[in-house]
Amino acid sequence: MRDLALEPLAGLEVRDIRIGRNGGTLLNVPHLMLDGPGPTLILGPNGAGKSLLLRCLHGLIAPDVGQVLQDGMPLGARQKAQQAMVFQQPVLLRRSVAGNLDFVLRRQGLNRTARRARIETLLQEGGLTAKARQSARSLSGGEAQRLAILRALATGPEILFLDEPTSALDPAATQTIERMVLHASAQGVRIVMVTHDIGQARRLAADVVMMQGGRVVEHGPASEVLDTPRSQAAQLYLAGGLII
Amino acid sequence: MQDFAAEISDAMLLILQGDAELWAIVLLSLRVSLLAVLVSAVIGMPLGAALAVGRFPGRRAVIVLLNALMGLPPVVVGLLVYLMLSRSGPLGVLELLYTPTAMIIAQVVLVSPIIAALTRQVVEMLAEEYSEQLRSLGVSRLASVPVLLWDARLALITALLAGFGRAIAEVGAVIIVGGNINHVTRVMTTTIALETSKGNLALALALGVILIGIAVAVNALVSALSLRAEQEGLTHA
Repeated sequence: MRDLALEPLAGLEVRDIRIGRNGGTLLNVPHLMLDGPGPTLILGPNGAGKSLLLRCLHGLIAPDVGQVLQDGMPLGARQKAQQAMVFQQPVLLRRSVAGNLDFVLRRQGLNRTARRARIETLLQEGGLTAKARQSARSLSGGEAQRLAILRALATGPEILFLDEPTSALDPAATQTIERMVLHASAQGVRIVMVTHDIGQARRLAADVVMMQGGRVVEHGPASEVLDTPRSQAAQLYLAGGLII
Repeated sequence: MQDFAAEISDAMLLILQGDAELWAIVLLSLRVSLLAVLVSAVIGMPLGAALAVGRFPGRRAVIVLLNALMGLPPVVVGLLVYLMLSRSGPLGVLELLYTPTAMIIAQVVLVSPIIAALTRQVVEMLAEEYSEQLRSLGVSRLASVPVLLWDARLALITALLAGFGRAIAEVGAVIIVGGNINHVTRVMTTTIALETSKGNLALALALGVILIGIAVAVNALVSALSLRAEQEGLTHA
């Protein structure tokens, strides 16, 4: 197994992507380079295009024009296989907790013994060992999101996208998810995460992408964007103003 | 009134004493309908799942047609299968008319659309929920079919039971293609029709009680599984 922590993080580059519907622009990003060392947090109000950008980066939505590059290569099957995504509402298979992890490990061609060992390790990491045989659908919101993250990590991704994974969680559950995200980042997984929570961006982000109206209005180190924003939209959003 | 009471009493005796003829008819009915449901599942489930995840021109029209086929009139199905299997029909050489196989074929024609249509509904609903997640995990549309079928298993068993309910209670088609031949193709429903016309109400009533018992058991099972499926967040409503 490759030691991702010793290798440079996979880089993502957006080249002039645009998505429009019914004459309006949903996303218009001329250029964006995500090649920094730590978690990237995408901030912005509802309808800013954060989730749309994330889906474009992950190849779930193809832009009308432009392209996304991963380590200089256009997104293809190989690149997508190196990515994983966690959604706002965790989508868990109607199987046991362990069964959800087994599903992705089986797809990697691991034999039964290897799968069992890996599942045990993952469940320990997520604090879900006692719930291994329980139906995944019966988990609490926080547990379900933990399992979704574990399942994403079980694919061995180089890039992990998270779309507001803690938006419906209480502070304790949020803290656990944030620890998992930071742990994955420390292991060499590039983290690209959408959030509404400015506090969360301060806690996690190395760099912040600020979006509004389908455009990137600011991108830079977290300390700069969050403490001394240059754009008016970022200043207003960070000041807690209503952006309509 | 006294006669009616006596007939019911005789019917109960037939059931409780394990009347050989009665149970042979029950077993044949179960064999025919279970096999018909099995074959219908093999046809209907992949077809329904393919319709749920596939995208092709005319898909909506196929779905409308499939839903319409759920209400096929049994006697018309019986007539069509009869024409296919009759000596001068395209499948006449197989000499299947008036055999249990002919009855199974007729029931398959009736039940397959039910299972396919219900499978399409259930799988489409699940596919909508799973779509992005499965694509994110690199599961292709084709490869998603077995995943969806497995995860929809509770609701699909309900669909199978609905199909079985239709098959076991069916009379019009099987009497045309089976011929209601004693000890060969006589099943519960056709026997009830025949024995009632002959005035042998005890046997007809006994079979009626068993048929209702099966229907109640099937519906209880459907109800329990539907509740479970609902708890799992999956109903075919």
